[in-house]
Amino acid sequence: MKKAFVPLAIVTAAMFAYAPIGIGRVQLESTMLLVQKIFYFHFATWMALTAAICVCGIASLVYLFKGSALADWYGVASAELVVIFGVFGLFSGSLWGRKAWGVWWQWDPRVTMATMLVLVFLGYLMVRKYGGPGSEKLAAAMGIFGAATAPFVYKSTDWWRNIHPPTSVVRTLGEKFPAAWDLVLFCSVAFLLLFVVTLLARVRLEALRAELDRLYLAAEE
Amino acid sequence: MVRRMFTCLLGVFLTMPAVWPVLAMQPAPQEEFKPFTGVPPEQQIPAAPLVIGAYAFFLLLMMFYLWTIWRRIGKVEADMRALERRTGGSK
Repeated sequence: MKKAFVPLAIVTAAMFAYAPIGIGRVQLESTMLLVQKIFYFHFATWMALTAAICVCGIASLVYLFKGSALADWYGVASAELVVIFGVFGLFSGSLWGRKAWGVWWQWDPRVTMATMLVLVFLGYLMVRKYGGPGSEKLAAAMGIFGAATAPFVYKSTDWWRNIHPPTSVVRTLGEKFPAAWDLVLFCSVAFLLLFVVTLLARVRLEALRAELDRLYLAAEE
Repeated sequence: MVRRMFTCLLGVFLTMPAVWPVLAMQPAPQEEFKPFTGVPPEQQIPAAPLVIGAYAFFLLLMMFYLWTIWRRIGKVEADMRALERRTGGSK
């Protein structure tokens, strides 16, 4: 993993350097025009967030039932990334909504549920920070339930009639707007790589903290 | 108290059929993206700050987050070096 980190970081940086050029060049969308260009990072950030939720859910399960320290590190690292990507997803959605819906915020089921999801993971991090001894297990349970709500957030646009476009918008994009689809895939890969790179860096921090604790204990003995 | 609650619930149930036409009047959600060329300039201007704002916010957020990781790693490594010096000196 250590060897892969630097090449991955370089590829990610190169992709993010190219992304604005690609977004600037791509054709405009007929209904929303320029503001639709927010979509390329908006969608990609939710892809990265989904990956972070999956990692957090699986890591939390492994930690809760096996007690693996590595799983705990991955759990806390990915929970932090869920919050980071979630904040950007909500913020970019709000800016897009300002032009598309005429308001900064709408209590639409998808938007509201996505906010709740981010708050669950924010709660995870607060439990970890202020929960005291044993908070790792409580947080892991929160991680599992947070991950379990993700499919409901995804399907909320299809299940409840609302202002947010349904999931079919993305499914039909390749057929209706191929140039945009290619760029969506490119940005999604860039965000997934960014997720992997930041996750590895964050896990390294947890590993160093564990090593420091071990050294303190050894020094006391 | 119970009677008042019952009246409220009855009121809600009685007004529910009146809500359905309002819900049915909602605009149909957009089902697809359609490409378009030739943009009226007045359409571009109000959207530009929002698009730039979104990308600038992402850049700042990620830079801040990466800086916090780098700072936290640096702090732990400094603590490790200090501990090594302390334990090395006591030997």
